[in-house]
Amino acid sequence: MGGPLDPLDALAKVCGDVRPGEPEEGVLGVTPRFVAAPGTVAEAAEVMRVAAEQGLAVIPRGGETRLDWGLPPGRCDLLLDTSRLDRVIEHAAGDLVVKAEAGLTMERLAEVLAGRGQRLSLDVPLPGSTVGGTIATGAAGPLRLLYGSPRDLVIGLTIVRADGQIARSGGKVVKNVAGYDLGRLFAGSYGTLGVIVEAAFRLHPVPSAHAYVTTRVPDAANAHEAVQGVLHSPVAPSALECEASGDGITLGVLLEGVPEGVAARATRVADLLGPGADISHEPPAWWGAYPDGTTLIEVTAPPSALAEAPAATEGTAPADGAALLWGAALAGVEGCQVRWSASGKGYVGLTANAAEVAEVLARLRTTLARHRGGAVVRYAPEGVRTADDVWGPVPALTLMRRVKAQFDPEHRLSPGRFVGGI
Amino acid sequence: METTLPALAERLARALGDEAVITDPVRLRTYECDGLTNHRAMPAIVVLPESAEQIAAVVRECAAAGIPYVARGSGTGLSGGALPRTDGVLIVTSRMRRILEIDVPNQRAVVEPGVINLDVTRAVRPYGYYFAPDPSSQQICSVGGNVAENSGGAHCLKYGFTAHHVLACEIVTPDGELVTLAAGDPGYDLLGAFIGSEGTLGITTKITVRLTRVPETVQTLLAAYDSIEAGGTAVSAIIGAGVVPAAIEMMDALSIEAAEASVACGYPPGAGAVLIVELDGPEPEVAAQFAEVERLCREAGAFEIRIAADDAARALIWKGRKSAFAAVGRISPAYIVQDGVIPRTALPQVLASIDALSAESGVRVANVFHAGDGNLHPLVLFDDAEPGAAERAEEVSGRILDLCIEHGGSITGEHGVGVDKARYMPRMFSDADLDTMQMVRCGFDPAGLCNPGKVFPTPRLCGEVPGVRKGPHPYEGKADIF
Ligand SMILES: Cc1cc2nc3c(=O)[nH]c(=O)nc-3n(C[C@H](O)[C@H](O)[C@H](O)COP(=O)(O)OP(=O)(O)OC[C@H]3O[C@@H](n4cnc5c(N)ncnc54)[C@H](O)[C@@H]3O)c2cc1C
Ligand SMILES: Cc1cc2nc3c(=O)[nH]c(=O)nc-3n(C[C@H](O)[C@H](O)[C@H](O)COP(=O)(O)OP(=O)(O)OC[C@H]3O[C@@H](n4cnc5c(N)ncnc54)[C@H](O)[C@@H]3O)c2cc1C
Repeated sequence: MGGPLDPLDALAKVCGDVRPGEPEEGVLGVTPRFVAAPGTVAEAAEVMRVAAEQGLAVIPRGGETRLDWGLPPGRCDLLLDTSRLDRVIEHAAGDLVVKAEAGLTMERLAEVLAGRGQRLSLDVPLPGSTVGGTIATGAAGPLRLLYGSPRDLVIGLTIVRADGQIARSGGKVVKNVAGYDLGRLFAGSYGTLGVIVEAAFRLHPVPSAHAYVTTRVPDAANAHEAVQGVLHSPVAPSALECEASGDGITLGVLLEGVPEGVAARATRVADLLGPGADISHEPPAWWGAYPDGTTLIEVTAPPSALAEAPAATEGTAPADGAALLWGAALAGVEGCQVRWSASGKGYVGLTANAAEVAEVLARLRTTLARHRGGAVVRYAPEGVRTADDVWGPVPALTLMRRVKAQFDPEHRLSPGRFVGGI
Repeated sequence: METTLPALAERLARALGDEAVITDPVRLRTYECDGLTNHRAMPAIVVLPESAEQIAAVVRECAAAGIPYVARGSGTGLSGGALPRTDGVLIVTSRMRRILEIDVPNQRAVVEPGVINLDVTRAVRPYGYYFAPDPSSQQICSVGGNVAENSGGAHCLKYGFTAHHVLACEIVTPDGELVTLAAGDPGYDLLGAFIGSEGTLGITTKITVRLTRVPETVQTLLAAYDSIEAGGTAVSAIIGAGVVPAAIEMMDALSIEAAEASVACGYPPGAGAVLIVELDGPEPEVAAQFAEVERLCREAGAFEIRIAADDAARALIWKGRKSAFAAVGRISPAYIVQDGVIPRTALPQVLASIDALSAESGVRVANVFHAGDGNLHPLVLFDDAEPGAAERAEEVSGRILDLCIEHGGSITGEHGVGVDKARYMPRMFSDADLDTMQMVRCGFDPAGLCNPGKVFPTPRLCGEVPGVRKGPHPYEGKADIF
């Protein structure tokens, strides 16, 4: 044996698909030295073992739809690309369970499941996003109201640790309380605790009918009233969304079920929402999409926050729907767009400079804190990102750092991308 | 200076008041076991705190003294999770039973950990809401215990477990600090990791629960079959038709016999299996689906179908099922309640294997199960007066868990691992799996004082912990100090 291997050679010894990284593959401007695309879980484990030996900083990459969420990594020696880990391992239709590899795209998964009349009850993702990336970002759209987010639907997870060990938690049965639930811990961990390589999910039947009921409301007080009306009624919506922009405020309710049931419930919701409500088979154009803008802020805002009385009378154009919500926290910011879900999650999109974003964040945090909510910057242009406190207060940060230190004592996994410099 | 247990008791009495600290062996005896009564240990000290700050103070004292502690809610746990330490403190939440806030606009409530599960529902029912997790013990178990065990009930098939209905927990960390873990906060989902950790990551002192709208309508039917297989066919047909019932429960002949003897539930005579199917939701939705369920039950060969016309009739249908555990006492002097999970579709094979196991060993097994999600509760019957019978029953019970694992299932669906099943964990998980789970534990509780000896068969060394005592516990072997 000669001296220590060059990292590229060492990686190539254990993985069939290894190459130097390209500048275009940079994660928020940090170019990876190497890219490895393991084809099996065992290969992924070997790659991680070699990375540990070589002291390489690793960032997992799925469909790259949201690789720019979070902060730029302190280092990126190796992009671990999951695109070859793209198999459906088992679809146990009778058990309403599927197990798949992390690099499988959500569309492909949905296609396979639809073949048996089933679905993973997370909204159709941005094209190309993967099973692993969806879990790692904790991504969920409107259906979150009824079905929750990945943490609620993952029933088993296989990960590769920073040291290359393969570890599993959960299993492939829905009801299971044996051991700690790493599925929930890894949901929303942005690649900082380990590489997700396989996941099992609980599934639901595709409902045989659905309807969207939408209506325009003049102001936040009306939006609040309508939302409360639907929430406290027995119609059991799958989703209840609010869209607000320069054009005003629109509410949308999704009902799913059997045809007779959906028809009756849609009529009921239309009655609750008042004259002008529209029932359609098609979603409104904004449904489940990110708001536009160069900065995306995710808010935690429970229903009660909608009706916060405006803090001050800044020269708000009455037509600007976004400016009316949350005590006018967004007043005075041009071109602001809001998507809010009655599950308490929302997104604010804006194109603004660092000072304006900082101001919006501060106002949102003050207003929403009264409702135990908050605001986090998901992505923003470089100048904005570096100027602002993107995460806001993180109550359990000490514990988070300690958990991180256990999983990744050398801080080699997506270093610096997460809360508190994790 | 080392703190002895009596010295600790004194310090705790000073902090919490004499009334809140128990060291009298007669009174301690109340706490020596939870619902799993074959494991017993006398705690050295029991404390009855009234606030989060008091729990934090107790934990800080224990941490400083290097003395282990265990949380206890109502003590209904069935895996020995709340089994005390003879060399430690038992922290009981029974004086923390206030409902602090009901927030209807946001569909949530904030409760103290000792609040009884059903009391949450009672408090919010006037607003048209309820707390969805409904373990059969809901009249007595605490919300803190539900969080620790990630409890579910018959209706978790549709509504999920405690993890899906808890939005935040204030906890006392093993450092003795009060921290809130909330679902919406940035960072890791430590709330998700905490729920179901069986009291090993800290003690929850305040819980924000999600409230669920009471469904507009509920429809329940009971279908009687000649055999478990026929009942299983009905379940497959219902799931296959895309129906998600609120609950699907099944009982076999032996458990029906026990329920009849105990509560005279009047199930159809001669049934080899009964199936209970409940649908709930908006009226028009349920009406359409219930008709289909009834048809599918009939097609699968039901020889009798009863439909509950009202709440009283529904309660009657559920009465037999809900009494099944206790009822088995009528047909057997002693029994083990097992809790395992299999993929639902493996039900016929696994039940056949359990039958074979029973025939071969001569140990009778009654079966009650949440058929919709494959959660089995075999009741392994034995006569504790007969030498060797308990061991044989234990053996059969363990082999049932092996069957669950062989079929890709789990060793526990709702009762938890506790002390009871820690030894089975290596059959389901590899060393690396268990080691990885314990990394979470090491992050929260590097000193290993918070409910030690539960869940994991062997503790993981957490690495250097500043200021933490190493080596044998100073009071090892001196547990009978009081
Ligand atoms: C309003 C709104 C609605 C949305 N709705 C949905 C939705 O319904 N469903 C949905 O799926 N998405 C939704 N998204 C978000 C987006 O589609 C996800 O971020 C995406 O799923 C990420 O997947 P990816 O494969 O592209 O990951 P990438 O963009 O490649 O990576 C994202 C992050 O995950 C990490 N990561 C990727 N793979 C792994 C892995 N295997 N192990 C560990 N870490 C990994 C990366 O390091 C990175 O930090 C929504 C977003 C918004 C704003
Ligand atoms: C007749 C009967 C029927 C049952 N049916 C079901 C059922 O259908 N479904 C089901 O899931 N379970 C069931 N159980 C089991 C049991 O009731 C549940 O596990 C329940 O959640 C335990 O609550 P408890 O308050 O009694 O907890 P305890 O038994 O007191 O404690 C259980 C665990 O929780 C920990 N703990 C308690 N309080 C706290 C706290 N504040 N912070 C942190 N940890 C804490 C303890 O340390 C222990 O590990 C049943 C039990 C009985 C006796």
